[in-house]
Amino acid sequence: MIRFEDVCVTYDGAPEPTVRGVDFEVPEGELVLLVGPSGVGKSTVLGAVSGLVPHFTGGTLSGRVVVAGRDTRTHKPRELADVVGTVGQDPLSHFVTDTVEDELAYGMESLGLPPDVMRRRVEETLDLLGLSGLRDRPIATLSGGQQQRVAIGSVLTPHPEVLVLDEPTSALDPAAAEEVLAVLQRLVHDLGTTVLMAEHRLERVIQYADQVVLLPSPGARPVVGSPADVMAVSPVYPPVVDLGRLAGWSPLPLTIRDARRRAAPLRERLDERDPAPGPAPSDAGAKPTSGGAKPTGAGADPTGAGAKPTSAGAKPAGDGAEPAGAGADPTSAGAKPTSAGAKPTGAGARDAAVASAAAVAPSGVLVPTPATAARRPGASLLRRLLGKAPGAGTTAAADPASPYAAEVRSLAVRRGRVQALRRVDLTVSPGETVALMGRNGAGKSTLLSALVGLVEPATGSVRAGDAVPHRTAPRDLVRRVGLVPQEPRDLLYADTVAAECAAADRDAEAAPGTCRALLTELLPGVSDGIHPRDLSEGQRLTLALAVVLTARPPLMLLDEPTRGLDYAAKARLVGILRGLAADGHAIVLATHDVELAAELAHRVVLLAEGEVIADGPTADVAVASPSFAPQVAKILAPRKWLTVAQVREALA
Amino acid sequence: MLRSGAQPAGGRAAGAARVGGGGTPSGGGTRPAPAGVPSPGRPRTAALHPGAWWLWAIGLGVAATRTTNPLLLALLVAVSAYVVLARRPHTPWSRSYGAFVKLALAVLVVRLLFTAVLGSPVPGTQVIVTLPEVPLPDWAQGIRLGGRVTAEGLAFALYDAMKLATLLICVGAANALASPSRLLKSLPGALYETGVAVVVALTFAPSLIADGRRLRAARRLRGRPDKGVRGLLQVGLPVLEGALERSVALAAAMDARGYGRTASVPAAVRRTTAALTLGGLLGVCAGTYGVLTAEGATYGIPVLVAGLAAALAGLWLGGRRSLRTRYRPDRWGARAWLVTASGAAVAALLFLAAARDPAALHPGVVPLVAPTLPLWPAAAVLIGLLPAFVTPAPEQPAKEPS
Repeated sequence: MIRFEDVCVTYDGAPEPTVRGVDFEVPEGELVLLVGPSGVGKSTVLGAVSGLVPHFTGGTLSGRVVVAGRDTRTHKPRELADVVGTVGQDPLSHFVTDTVEDELAYGMESLGLPPDVMRRRVEETLDLLGLSGLRDRPIATLSGGQQQRVAIGSVLTPHPEVLVLDEPTSALDPAAAEEVLAVLQRLVHDLGTTVLMAEHRLERVIQYADQVVLLPSPGARPVVGSPADVMAVSPVYPPVVDLGRLAGWSPLPLTIRDARRRAAPLRERLDERDPAPGPAPSDAGAKPTSGGAKPTGAGADPTGAGAKPTSAGAKPAGDGAEPAGAGADPTSAGAKPTSAGAKPTGAGARDAAVASAAAVAPSGVLVPTPATAARRPGASLLRRLLGKAPGAGTTAAADPASPYAAEVRSLAVRRGRVQALRRVDLTVSPGETVALMGRNGAGKSTLLSALVGLVEPATGSVRAGDAVPHRTAPRDLVRRVGLVPQEPRDLLYADTVAAECAAADRDAEAAPGTCRALLTELLPGVSDGIHPRDLSEGQRLTLALAVVLTARPPLMLLDEPTRGLDYAAKARLVGILRGLAADGHAIVLATHDVELAAELAHRVVLLAEGEVIADGPTADVAVASPSFAPQVAKILAPRKWLTVAQVREALA
Repeated sequence: MLRSGAQPAGGRAAGAARVGGGGTPSGGGTRPAPAGVPSPGRPRTAALHPGAWWLWAIGLGVAATRTTNPLLLALLVAVSAYVVLARRPHTPWSRSYGAFVKLALAVLVVRLLFTAVLGSPVPGTQVIVTLPEVPLPDWAQGIRLGGRVTAEGLAFALYDAMKLATLLICVGAANALASPSRLLKSLPGALYETGVAVVVALTFAPSLIADGRRLRAARRLRGRPDKGVRGLLQVGLPVLEGALERSVALAAAMDARGYGRTASVPAAVRRTTAALTLGGLLGVCAGTYGVLTAEGATYGIPVLVAGLAAALAGLWLGGRRSLRTRYRPDRWGARAWLVTASGAAVAALLFLAAARDPAALHPGVVPLVAPTLPLWPAAAVLIGLLPAFVTPAPEQPAKEPS
């Protein structure tokens, strides 16, 4: 149905081809998953199918792409519109009309289908996607999952033989993602549609794939094969595969069900052990240590980028007395480095073929021995820069007046006619990481906005440290609370990274060079002159994080930080955030990413319709909810194991 | 909710379950209908043709230009407001009525302020207040700053401004009752693509404003004040950048969805289309010139009509290049006729009243008399309420997700 024949795409002005040697075929009626780290050209491959590459984007395409017998060289995107349906990353930039029904009809109108056919297909599609209740609704008022379904529906109505999807579930909450994936599966099974899809969140989609096309690195030839075979060599893989690799299962399980069937012996082995005490706030020092179980020597890390979380994560371990999370016991924290030090004996024991993959392990934070950390001058610099955060560490713990970094009492917020939050109570202690979860539109972002003073409470009170956010001048507030918004680009105005850092220093009234030093620490190898827009998603997020951290706020808020990040960037982020938490920063994350929450959060707060419906330790809340449970918890239920790293440590 | 936990390994078993013969390239064939029966054909929410609402509103607006009687004008506003409140759909654009009302009030206030400060051409005797007058140099003769403010002058300004305000409110009513983009969809085939481009451009402004707000909020996160002109200027560039990127993404999506597909038509037809359209437009220009100048009265009208006909023929012929079909076009039914007729009746009757009894429709300001409500014109204005009773009530919206 789709045939790539030795395709090589070079964009104008690029020194090297973005993708090269792409040569595979997607048979009719298969769901093929395109995987790989960020920046390997997944979107380029997808764009080549619809003809947007190179007709719309420019650049040179050599080789041939044939879709349903039509060569994209001779057919423009609009002439392929009846055989290829494309849904991009952002459904909002896909919509041409303003109501659901018109949007579903738009593509058919362009193709000139007769009115009675259009009418019938719109009704069919409304039913197929469960949209019939929304047919007259303006698209702008729909939730993210509904919008994504409308976007898929709008390309389905012309009955394309091929559906091309770029990250269809990345912006969705777990339930909405399942909704969309169920629709895709139905299309493949019932209608014989061929689907080519790129997705970072493999844990959501891998079980649906018939074939996987892996782009291992920029410019490398793709690896094509069955999901289990490709996952065995892939640098990106979901936790279920990670666990399968750890337990040595072959073939690798891809679904929770397969994994559970094989997991009985593993469960028995683990029965004698307790999960490493989850990242409880009283045990902040333990967290990086469990990460230390990842037996990857710092030296094994070839990328250099991967080395950064290393030092960030290691810092607390080498600094046992400092991570003064509420009531942290210096002796127990101090005891950790020894156990961490014991781990690296396993380094290099890992399969050599996976060595480079391990650097970007989904669950792993790469933590070297404390000795390695101590040798790295950057680590001590970061500690100097961050360690003295006002209100963080011992200062906050010693001040009985404000035991919390953030305190929300019976907060209610109205946004227009919508009651966005009602009677919300939340406290966050220094050194604690809290994950806010809940479906799209549950009020997570509103709660973060209230904490940073962007919205005013209708009733109730909000305090960030000793400040009332919406009454505090921005200049003073940045030193108490920092928010990295959903789109980190919103925070960046300057033309170059250097200018951005200089501006951040001025805004925060920090010593010149503070931001740049932080950035170098978090993200080595970013040159001063580069435009923030040219950074990858992960790099841009890190730059925004550095900008916010320049003011050393004791309370850090992150809104949906892993959107668009691959596993490597995510692992880096986890390392950075663990380091910050260990330094006494309170962190609140709003996220749909259950695996991230499992890795990072001490506590999970579930929101629904603006109310807190659950608040408790990650292990308890996550395991109790099928939607929000990480894969490892589902496999090893009823025991409360959350991450592969925990299991690995217990087995070591 | 346990779906994900108990997900069968369906993906890999898909090969067996596939349904063959999925779709022919022709696209005309139907696939096996999915489960569920098509929902019964019920009218779309905005069942009335958007053009009818616009004609009705224009009728009220034209009626407003025929009178300066504040009571009649207020009645016109009340009629339009009643219909809007009773019949506007629950959509984002229907909230624009409030914005138009505010604009109309601003027009009133500005006009009264100018009259008070700059004086009025209407001679008056009843002085309300005397402002200190600013002496102006000789070259500014004829302009006055401050001085006497008379009741007659204010009344004249008020009546005049009310006329404009009523017009604005009528346009607002049309906007709230029928989305302008729906109206653009009723354009002839050859102009449809242009119509879509205009609709897309119309959505550009609101998203630009939303972006601006978001970025100004983000300034606060950087510790900079989020108010003031400087803040606005600094976010200007990123906002435009973002809007441009979104436009490019939308253009790509539209291209991939078949925007701009054309049917191949014979070269002869193409040439005829071009000739007809160009010739027709030239004819319209020449005809208009003829009509407006004294010498051209003889040839003006025929040339204008011929030009219009040629241009319309070109447009119709041009429509043959477009493959596009219409999905559920709005039908012009009996209700649309009634709504249009009610607006037209109001306009016609007020024209008639203005010719018969100009005094009642233009209450005097010198000497100042209290305006009275003329009975028959008022009754005529009330005809404009008809749409509130003959059109279907808007659906109650489903509960919006928070």
